Amino acid sequence: MSLRRSCAERISARRRIRLEKKLLQLASVCDKANRGYQKVNNMLADSAFFGMFLTLACYQAGVLVKKKVKVALATPLLVAVVLIIGILLVFHIDYAAYENGAKYISYFLTPATVSLAIPLYRRLALLKEHPAAIFGGIAAGVLTAMIGIFLMSLAFGLNHEQYVTLLPKSVTTAIGMGVSDKMGGIPALTVVSISVTGVFGTVSAEAICKLFRIREPIAKGLAIGTSAHALGTSKALEIGEVEGAMSSLSIVVAGIMTVLAVQVFARFL
Amino acid sequence: MAWSAIRCDERSVSVLKFIRQLLIIITISFVAELMEYLIPLPIAASMYGLVLMLAGLITKLIPLEKVEGAADFLTEIMPVLFVPPTVSIMANFDALRQMLVPLVVICVVTTVLIMGVTGRVSQAILRRENKRKEKNQT
Repeated sequence: MSLRRSCAERISARRRIRLEKKLLQLASVCDKANRGYQKVNNMLADSAFFGMFLTLACYQAGVLVKKKVKVALATPLLVAVVLIIGILLVFHIDYAAYENGAKYISYFLTPATVSLAIPLYRRLALLKEHPAAIFGGIAAGVLTAMIGIFLMSLAFGLNHEQYVTLLPKSVTTAIGMGVSDKMGGIPALTVVSISVTGVFGTVSAEAICKLFRIREPIAKGLAIGTSAHALGTSKALEIGEVEGAMSSLSIVVAGIMTVLAVQVFARFL
Repeated sequence: MAWSAIRCDERSVSVLKFIRQLLIIITISFVAELMEYLIPLPIAASMYGLVLMLAGLITKLIPLEKVEGAADFLTEIMPVLFVPPTVSIMANFDALRQMLVPLVVICVVTTVLIMGVTGRVSQAILRRENKRKEKNQT
């Protein structure tokens, strides 16, 4: 009895030693892999083009996905962002390594926003035809946005940072990001809320117009552009030429009005 | 030989034109940056630049064809420019999780309201204008 047990113990001891050896080996392999990761991470962090490469490659993939999949949510921007975050997480690449190269792309945001004046200028003749309807409608929309977001933020008990992050969620990304950044919000979350708004507005534009019995093409375009910015404008262009033109006009007009309105409304919460 | 030389020439002229257009846009961006620095309002430089550019175009100080090409290029690549700032939600994941439900609810509800109000108000104004016109004609 005792002999058998000691035999078993000896065997189990030998097994344990073997197991420990294996574990040690595994640990050293892990360590090597870890050091490898760190090396790759350091290399990528030093690389000037990794971030830019990943951005453009994933955007290209997003464009392909959009062509194949006819889903409103599959915009190239969202697909690219999901892909990049996935790649960074799976390969344990630091966000800083990505940002090091990607930040150069963002430098072009200011001149690109300045260039938004050109499409607005091209539509200026339209603005002169119906100034009251255009300014009145868009101003009413912007005011609705401010009051609606304020009341709902109050209801949800959001803090100032969260409230200011959401305030510019209906305007085009370039303008909204600047507002959020300047007022103390989180620009990345503003981009998310702008995307959610744009996708939802695009999908349900026709249903909402029907619900509110908005039938005039000019009114339709203004409504879509003011509420769902550039994403909605692509939908408005599908509905009709007048709708598209009005929608693209209201992107910038609503953007400028929102910048001014936020100066007042940001103080409320 | 001569033909290819002419082609090259045309190409370099258009490239030079593009650089000049870019120069105007970057100059305005730079002035806008200075304005952001000097004016004590929480308004981003790009907004000053946008208004400056619009004012320049309306007053014809900046002819449309002097900025058109580069401006169209910049506005068309804009979605790509939004990718890096959006990826930074990685660094704000907790903040996103905290306000995900209010964010989605507020975005959906206010979008319906904004679209409805904007459309109804502008439609009402348009119809009133049309009625007035008809009255004037009769």
